This record gives sequence, structure tokens and C-alpha cells, in this order.
Amino acid sequence: MDAIGTLVSIFARPDLWAGTLRFAAPLTLAALGGVISERSGVVNIAMEGMMLVGAFFSVLVAAATHDIVLATLSSVLCGGLIAAVHGVASIHLRANQIVSGMAINLLALGLTSFLMFRFFATTGTPSDIPALPDVKIPVIYDIPFVGAVIGDQNLVVWLSILAVPLAWWFLFRTRLGLRIRAVGEHPRAADTLGISVYRIRYLCVILSGLLSGLGGAYLSLSVAHSFSDNMTSGAGFIALAAMIFGKWNPIGAFLACLLFGFGQSLGINLQGTGFPDQLVAATPYVLTVVALAGFVGRAVAPAADGVPYEVGE
Amino acid sequence: MTAVAPGPRGRLDGAATPHLEMRGITKAFGSLLANDHVNLEVQDREIHAVVGENGAGKTTLMNILYGLIHPDEGEILIDGQPVRIRGPRDAIAAGIGMVHQHFQLVPVMSVAENVVLGQEPGGIVLDRAAAVRQVRDLSERFGLIVDPTARVETLPVGIQQRVELLKILYRGSRLLVFDEPTAVLTPQETDELFEILRGLVAGGKTVILITHKLNEVMAISERVTVLRQGRNAGVLETARTSPPEIARAMVGREVLLRVERDEAHLGEERLRLEGVTADSDRGLPALAGIDLAVRAGEIVGIAGVSGNGQLELAEVIAGLRPITAGHIYLQGKEVGAQPAAERRANGLAYIPEDRHARGLVLPFEIKDNLILGSQSRPPFAVRGQRNSAAIDQRAEDLIHQFDIRPPNPEAPVSSLSGGNQQKVVVARELAEDPKVMVAAEPTRGLDVGATEFIHQELIRKRDEGLAILLISSELDEIFSLSDTIAVIYQGRIVEVMPSATADRERVGLLMAGGTVESAVPTAAQIAEAAATLGSPGVTGDGPHGEGGA
Repeated sequence: MDAIGTLVSIFARPDLWAGTLRFAAPLTLAALGGVISERSGVVNIAMEGMMLVGAFFSVLVAAATHDIVLATLSSVLCGGLIAAVHGVASIHLRANQIVSGMAINLLALGLTSFLMFRFFATTGTPSDIPALPDVKIPVIYDIPFVGAVIGDQNLVVWLSILAVPLAWWFLFRTRLGLRIRAVGEHPRAADTLGISVYRIRYLCVILSGLLSGLGGAYLSLSVAHSFSDNMTSGAGFIALAAMIFGKWNPIGAFLACLLFGFGQSLGINLQGTGFPDQLVAATPYVLTVVALAGFVGRAVAPAADGVPYEVGE
Repeated sequence: MTAVAPGPRGRLDGAATPHLEMRGITKAFGSLLANDHVNLEVQDREIHAVVGENGAGKTTLMNILYGLIHPDEGEILIDGQPVRIRGPRDAIAAGIGMVHQHFQLVPVMSVAENVVLGQEPGGIVLDRAAAVRQVRDLSERFGLIVDPTARVETLPVGIQQRVELLKILYRGSRLLVFDEPTAVLTPQETDELFEILRGLVAGGKTVILITHKLNEVMAISERVTVLRQGRNAGVLETARTSPPEIARAMVGREVLLRVERDEAHLGEERLRLEGVTADSDRGLPALAGIDLAVRAGEIVGIAGVSGNGQLELAEVIAGLRPITAGHIYLQGKEVGAQPAAERRANGLAYIPEDRHARGLVLPFEIKDNLILGSQSRPPFAVRGQRNSAAIDQRAEDLIHQFDIRPPNPEAPVSSLSGGNQQKVVVARELAEDPKVMVAAEPTRGLDVGATEFIHQELIRKRDEGLAILLISSELDEIFSLSDTIAVIYQGRIVEVMPSATADRERVGLLMAGGTVESAVPTAAQIAEAAATLGSPGVTGDGPHGEGGA
């Protein structure tokens, strides 16, 4: 009785919903990158590492220059660079893409921890680093409830929401998108029509790195205002789950990210209410497992996902 | 280089510049010379056949022409001009189009998307409407009727081949290469395809047809280039040659093109299926009530176009796929629910359609592959351990008896040629003295020599009283081996007839569902379309292609 009352009051809190969007944003960016990469046929479980790298370098550059634009750009760039490493391994060297992805994750963890120690060992990251700006929308901000949910969200939240239809349009409406999907489904067919399978795959893997890098910058610059070891703590893997849950479709992946974001937000809002908040926070993942087990139909990956392509095979 | 025998040049007046010339093409894969100074000369508006056994280098030669493989030596000339083909893009630009043996189609995409892929109409955004319109125009002009909006995976293979053809016509190719195009077609569809090819040539195209079916060479080509073991083995004029002569050039010796076969001596019924139904991997009904019987000393041939339930039929008998209804009797005993191993123990042998996935463990040695399925029974296993002496003895016997090469029991099966791999499968399956054999595509991908061997082996076993269910998409194979022919269509046996009185045309018609499929375009119609297409044609990469020329 009392419990239900508490729950209702929590659902009425704008914080819960604003938090959902906030938590979903970095997941969405990484998941969209994963969708693009895997649609071209390169399995990408390295979003975690790419986000971590983005998170660190944005803080490093922000601390050095106090320039938010430079900081963000460098996070995007570094995400892209480390993605390119995954690209070389899995495209040209035809390595196992799961292993390569795992190596990238471990490399990113080690690299950022090492550099963290090297640059900020004694002090921790400085507290005066600039943050990514919030967007205060004049009229909407004054509307009760709605204003508190979306009236003053971070720029990256809006960017991530904007990126969803954009990614969908890119994959399913543009000429390049058609080629990307063809390469992911049947690279040989694309090759025989003069499409460069390698070029397309590099493009997509690097794109995924750029997006994950931005997601990482958001985590460090705007959510935590600092960097700490392994601060992504699995966000990249949650994005990976969202990508699969969303059936390799940008919109599906976004909806899954919203669900996961909601779970995290709910967990935080339940703290101190006596509810077993960790348990509640786990429900979205339980739901995912249940859903993947057959309730939303089998999730079918692109046919050539994870299969290295050899020209003239 | 000294080995190049230019072969009889035919009687073509040397004045005309050939449309295509490949000179001294050489390509080595490791120590294997796939092409050894191969020459090919194709005249403008000619239908030119390239024949040879598996491994003769046909596909390598064509992949070099299409830029998929880079030659170590040699040059390619189009209309007398040397061209450099670094990849498919260059080949397409040089007017070369290829219909690959394994269709290069994206199954989940539409016909129109597959056709325009790589040269899509539109700017950044794909202009879907234009793509559909252009493909529809093209298909109507050539009489290759296909719905541009259909998903490719929903189309039957015959139609998928049309899509492949539309792809190269869309690119305005002048030289059309067909790699084993009839392997997946019914006789009627083959006739249709040939009619289409004649029309294309009359309309100004040039066709190279790669095949190993001699009757097709005779039916449609003007000249034929024969390859043997990576080298030229002659250029023959079709009108002045004969199938035995071509076969001799291909194999390098006299070949029995017909299988010698005595009257069948039928014994008791060994295999019986009653109302058997089963689902495909996708969960759709694949067998819709199969009734069938095979007797001792009989070969029953299942004729049908691939994908009509043959795979599932073989698997339900072998015990690899559950049946959803009906009964299977092996030597009078119901086995519908028995696992595969038990059926094998009761006298069933199985040559699977896909020897790589199902028939062999490729990295294993020959001798281990030869005892698969019996590995835990005496004499090969004693008290749970391998008995090397028995295994080696078995290997030695079978390698000798089936002439498996190289005769090294320790060689991994993956290192053998396709023909020898299949010999390993057949040898193993016959070794345990089976009572019933299911042979699915037993000679798929094998050359003339290996095919001949396996056919003789099957006939010999049938004469010894083995009951054989032969499943083959090669109608020639069905007719030359079977005592009884059963036609399968959409998971049903539509007719059973003694092969002695069976009529090819009728079987072909039944395989296609008993009706003549969609109107066949006339050669004249296609010729006209090909001619009006002109050379600049539809190749435009521009915003809206060629509108409505």
C-alpha cells in the first residue's frame, strides 16, 4: 500500500524521466555506431573501449586547453583512431573480430589507466574543466513537468536523439547506406559490382568510433565532470545489448537504450526509499534476456557480420 | 611456355578483330598452376563455350577476366586494345558482365536494389522510384519478367538468374560471361535461357558460356575452347565436332558418356515412406506427404529442381531431421523416431549433399574419415580405445579399392580434390555393407572421370542388391542411373514412372510444377531490345539514369 504510493510518486518525478534521457544518450551514440559497424559486416564489441578512450582524452584536452570544442573533437578523433585499429585488425588482417574487439577494450582500459596515473596521479582530474553545454529551451522550460524533463537537457542528449533518425536515413535511404547493407549481407556480391568492401567497412568502423568517442566525452565532461579508471563501467556493453535488442536497427536500438536508461534512472530514484533499488535497476536487463529468448522474434544479424572478406577468394 | 598448344584455330577469317582476346594467361596458386599460358579468343557476337573438367582452370580464367583474380602473366585485349583489369570496376567499365555460378545477390534486398547496386540512381539519397522504374523498363524490354519490388530471397532460382542477367544488362555490358548457368535450371528453363542468349547475340552482345554439359555446348555454341589441367586443349568448331571428341579433349582419354547398365533384378522392399511430412530449417513445411518405396537392386531417382524438398527428404531418411507426420520403414521396421546412428546400424548409408559440411571432417586424416560412424564399434574400437591396426587396414583396403589419391592414409581430407573427397565418402558409406543407400547429389562438382567412377560404383552395388535412393538435380544423372524416376515438386512426389518409358520433356515439365512458366520472350524480341539499348545505354551513373530511352 505504502510501497505503491512511493512508486507512484517516483513515477511522477520529472527527475526520473530526465534521468532516463540522460542515461540513454551515451548508450544511444555507442549503439548507433555499433549498428552502422555491424551493418557493414564488422562485429564491434569494442564500444566500451572506444567510449573510455573518448572519455579520457576529452578530459585531458579539456584540462590542458579549457576549450570545450577542442576537448570534444579530440574525444571523437581518439574514438575514431582506436576504431581504426579494430578496423585494420578485422578488415585487412582478418582477425577474429570478437578477439580484436576484446583486445581494444583491454587496451583502452590499460592505456587510460596508465595515462591517468601519468598525468593526474596525485591530484585526480582537475575540477575546473569545462562541461558540454545544456540547452535551455525558453518556452518549454516554463511548462511544468515537461520543462523539467526536456527543457534543460544537455546538448549531447539532443544530438543523440537527432542522430537516431539520421542514422536510419543514412542506412536505409541513401545510396551509400544501400552499399553498406549490401556489404554486410553479401560482400562478394558488392565486390563483383565494383564496390570496395574494405573502404566501406573502414568507413563504418571508424564512424562507430567517432560516435562512441562522443558518448565517452559526454560521460566524463558532463555527467562525472572528471575521469576515473574504467569509468564507463560497462556502458559500451549495454550499448551492444541495445544494438542486438534493437535488431541492428537505429530506431530499435534507441528504444532499447531508452529502456536501459530508464532502468538506471529508476534505480537512482529508488535509492533511499527502502526499495531494493539494485534489483529494480536490473529489471531492464532481465527483460532483455527474456525478450531475446524469443518474445520479440529472433534477432537476425546481417548475414556477413563478423566474416572477414578476402578479395578474389 | 613450351607447353602452349594453340590448338586448331577454327576457320575464322583472320581479318576480323576478335571482341575479346586473352593471351598467355598464367596464374599459380602456390605450387598449383591453375592457368598455364591459356589463350582465349572470342569473336564479336559469338556464343563461345569454355569447357573443361573441374580444376581445368575455367573459373580461374573467367575470374581473371572479371578482375577478381590478378594473373601472374598474360594480357587481355578488347576489340584489339589492351585493357588493364584491376578489379570488377574495371571489368564493368570495359563492358564485361558476369553471371556467376553462385548468384551474387543480396537475399534480403529487392530486385531493383540488387540490380542498381553500385550504380544507383539518385544523388546522396537513393532514388527508389527511379530504380524500380528503370529495372521494370529493362525487364519489359528484354522480356525478362520479374517484379522489381520483390525480395530476392522469395524468388525461385530461375527468376534469380534473370535478376543476375538484368544486373549486367543494366550496366550495358557487351560481353556476357555465364558460369555454369544451367546447373540450377529445369530443362525448360534452360531452353528459355538459350533462347534469351540467342536473342542477346542477335542484338549485338557476345556470350561466353562456361559449362561441363556437352549437350549444351552442342546446342548453343559456335565454337568451344577446351581447357585441360590449366592449359589449352583445343579450340573446336561446334558444327564440326561431336560430344565424344570434346570429352576426349577435356579428359585426355576416351570417356564413357553413357553408363552401362543391365536390367534391374528387383528384390524385396527395403525402404518405404508413407505420408512423410517435415519442416525446413525455417520452420516452413518442406515435405508435404511423401509416399515412396525402394526395393533391393533398384535405383529410384528423385528428379526435381533444387529446393523442392530434396534436402529434407534425404535428411528425414538419414535421421537428421524430425518428421512431423507419417512413417519411415527400413527393411520393414519403422524407424521414424530412431536416431541416425541406430538407422546406420540397421543398414542405412547416406551420401550427403554437402560433403564438406556433412560428409567429412575436413582437417581429419583420410583413415579417420573412412571409419566415421563406426569409430566406436569393434574392430575399430576395443574397450573404448582406437584400434590402430584395424583402422589402418580398413584405410589401406578402401584407398586401394576406390583408387583414392594421394594414397596416403595420413593425408588430411581437406588436401584432396573434390573427386577424391567424394570417393572417401562413398567408400566409407559402402564399406559397412549397407542395405539401403540415400545418395544426394553424389557427383555434384565432380569432373567427368570421377563422375564416371562413382556412377559405375553405384550401378555395381545396385547389381549386388543394394536399394538406392538417388537424389540429383542433374537430369542426365537421373536418367542414366535410375530404374524408377520419381518427380518431386514443392515437397510432393508428383509422379513415379519407370525410367525406361520416362520422357525427358514430361519430367522437366513436372519438375516445374506441370505448367509452362510465364511467357518466354522470343529471340527476335530480345534482339530488338538489345539493339535499341545501344552502348552508352543504361550505364549512366548520373542522377536519374537514362529516363525512358
